[in-house]
Amino acid sequence: MSFINLKEKVVQVKIVYYGPGRCGKTTNLEYVNRKFRNQIQSEMVSLKTHGDRTLFFDFLPFDMGQIKGYDIKIQLYTVPGQVKYNATRKLVLKGVDGVVFVADAMEKQREKNIRSLNQLHENLQSYKESIFKIPLVIQYNKVDLKEHGVPILPTAVLRKDLNSRLQVPDFEASAITGYNVAATLKKIISSTVVSIQKKLL
Amino acid sequence: MNYGIVSQEQLEQIDTILSEKLIKLGVDCVIIIDMAGNIITAKDNGESKYDVYSFAALAAGNFATVDAMAKLVGEAEFSLLFHKGQDSNIHFSKIDDELLLISMFGKEISLGFLRLNVVEAIDQIRNVWETNQG
Repeated sequence: MSFINLKEKVVQVKIVYYGPGRCGKTTNLEYVNRKFRNQIQSEMVSLKTHGDRTLFFDFLPFDMGQIKGYDIKIQLYTVPGQVKYNATRKLVLKGVDGVVFVADAMEKQREKNIRSLNQLHENLQSYKESIFKIPLVIQYNKVDLKEHGVPILPTAVLRKDLNSRLQVPDFEASAITGYNVAATLKKIISSTVVSIQKKLL
Repeated sequence: MNYGIVSQEQLEQIDTILSEKLIKLGVDCVIIIDMAGNIITAKDNGESKYDVYSFAALAAGNFATVDAMAKLVGEAEFSLLFHKGQDSNIHFSKIDDELLLISMFGKEISLGFLRLNVVEAIDQIRNVWETNQG
């Protein structure tokens, strides 16, 4: 649920990065935090374990400027990816306006991507949302690993696994180098803002 | 998807309640958020500089966690959520299933006195909310 403040003309939009453990959700946000520092007024909040794994969520608020006189405040969240934290993932998804599904392109992660996407579908259903309707962008992360000799899945395979029914915008990316991180973010922001506009008209 | 749209009039009424009931009492900062972590409104005494957006995200998470813990031990909810520090304290109170009122205050206000005022403020806010939602 995006929140619209008519008095101060502010729209708050919640975008959640979702995906299996160690796929690079936090790395996406960290890159955005570094790259767009001048648009970000506060510090990124990370709730993590001692082993640097996300425990609850990361949070990064982000000012996008104005649309039709309204200040758009984008709130980026990540979920914890580890399988055992589904209850927490569900909490973070509450009131979500747009989702980036970060898939891990490494060959050995193939099944985990599919399982995580299925769980996203179920979790959204518990909030009476549909994965087929909510603004969604898929990112195939870690394509840079190919150069280091790590076996990764061809994009065509990832697409067939994850995006054959959804048919949403998707990007190959490397969160660690920043390749297509901004493109992913721009796409999900525009899809989400358009969807909110449509709902309001 | 439900969109939370609050009219200017509604917000002004709520802001007045918060100022009258809590800020005047000496509360540093008071925020109303929804359970998704969005800020509905924030009022402060003009001196405190909190990062209210991060605060709202964390508070919503914190409240949801405590709520889930309550369910695990068979409680419908834990109605009092309060963090005490050396110089500042945070008090959380549920307005309804979707809204949360958070007050940050120093050691010069007693918890009991604050709670009394929070209860009154919440009653009044509920009235504003319900009359305008229908």
